[in-house]
Amino acid sequence: MDTGSKIPISPFTVAVASGKGGTGKTSVAVALSIAAGEGVQLLDCDVEEPNSEIFLRPGNMKSEIVTVPVPSLNENKCTGCGKCSGICAFNALAFLGKPVFFQDMCHGCGLCMKMCPEGAIIEMQRNIGTMQIGDSVNVRLVSGCLKVGVAMATPLIRCIRSRVSAEVLRIIDCPPGTACQFMASVRDVDFVLLVAEPTRFGLHDMILAIKALKRTGLNFGVLVNKSVSKDDCIGRFCKGEKINLLMRIPEERKIAEAYSRGIPLLESMPELKQDFIRLIEEMKNTAMGDLMV
Amino acid sequence: MKIALSTTGYCLGAPLESRFGRSPRFIIYELDNGSFEVIENKLNANAPQGAGVQTAANLITADIKAVITGHCGPKAFSMLDNAKIPVYLAGNVSVSKAIELYKSKTLSKQESADVDGHWQ
Repeated sequence: MDTGSKIPISPFTVAVASGKGGTGKTSVAVALSIAAGEGVQLLDCDVEEPNSEIFLRPGNMKSEIVTVPVPSLNENKCTGCGKCSGICAFNALAFLGKPVFFQDMCHGCGLCMKMCPEGAIIEMQRNIGTMQIGDSVNVRLVSGCLKVGVAMATPLIRCIRSRVSAEVLRIIDCPPGTACQFMASVRDVDFVLLVAEPTRFGLHDMILAIKALKRTGLNFGVLVNKSVSKDDCIGRFCKGEKINLLMRIPEERKIAEAYSRGIPLLESMPELKQDFIRLIEEMKNTAMGDLMV
Repeated sequence: MKIALSTTGYCLGAPLESRFGRSPRFIIYELDNGSFEVIENKLNANAPQGAGVQTAANLITADIKAVITGHCGPKAFSMLDNAKIPVYLAGNVSVSKAIELYKSKTLSKQESADVDGHWQ
């Protein structure tokens, strides 16, 4: 490889995640997208409470309905043979002479349709939420909103992720926790930025997220939000475990005040912009370095 | 005529289990002669979801005519209701006491589920 030439501009995807909720994922994701300038797409995958939109204020969001396939029975074709009995891993099908479906438990795998020799199980669509797409000044925003009462967020997250555009920097605002929604949001990204707060609860949940990430082999680093001292529990943990602590955002009342009014972090703390630009470069370099090994 | 009672134990003196779908086992009691058998429900008790649905399906297949348990959710109730199997609820009692209450018609038949599903 000719290392003397310019690094080609290739798309870079960073997921902003945390274990604990309320550590500042959205604040950081929005700050990254504003600091980067042009060519940014933000994918808000926190579909149970999407809020990037509040800070980016895109005009004219276009909304579309997102559905998952669910089975339905054509009574005329069903012979009651029982081949679909006991096959559903999600218990969404009970067999009582004929199959009975519980669509809210269905994961849309399609096995029951495959098993039916008569073609009596047909595919219907179930509405699980909406997806919104819109542009703010420099950021293309894709955001999802899960329907109240629906317990399945991952198909909606996959749908948001599928709308990745030509932008060179893609930022994913992840849902909190370490469950399926988190894994669906960080899958195949170039870098995961964990936003942690220096409390025992914050440390505990960050460790859970790190344990999950280590199994994926993804590149990750830590950003401490609401930082009071460099010698805090997150700093000591990262040092001990040789985890890259990339940046600190200080605990400041004016950040919280601006946040509560829907004002992005970089408007209340413009001096952080350079740090965020540097952070993007550092994350890129880590991911690129990984490729060159 | 057979009735099903949710339980944690293996005999009539065992306590009635308050949960339906996640009951570890059921006593199938024959009202005609007082005999009973125990059917395990371990697979459903540990299912990630849909325990009530599958438990109801199994009991319907076992040809029981009534269910006595502690609580019953909406999906299990609708399955049993469709199969014309009445659901009776009893509190903190033994299986034998629940049978006694059922025989003396002290238990009232449920018109609907008494608890919410876990996914609503």
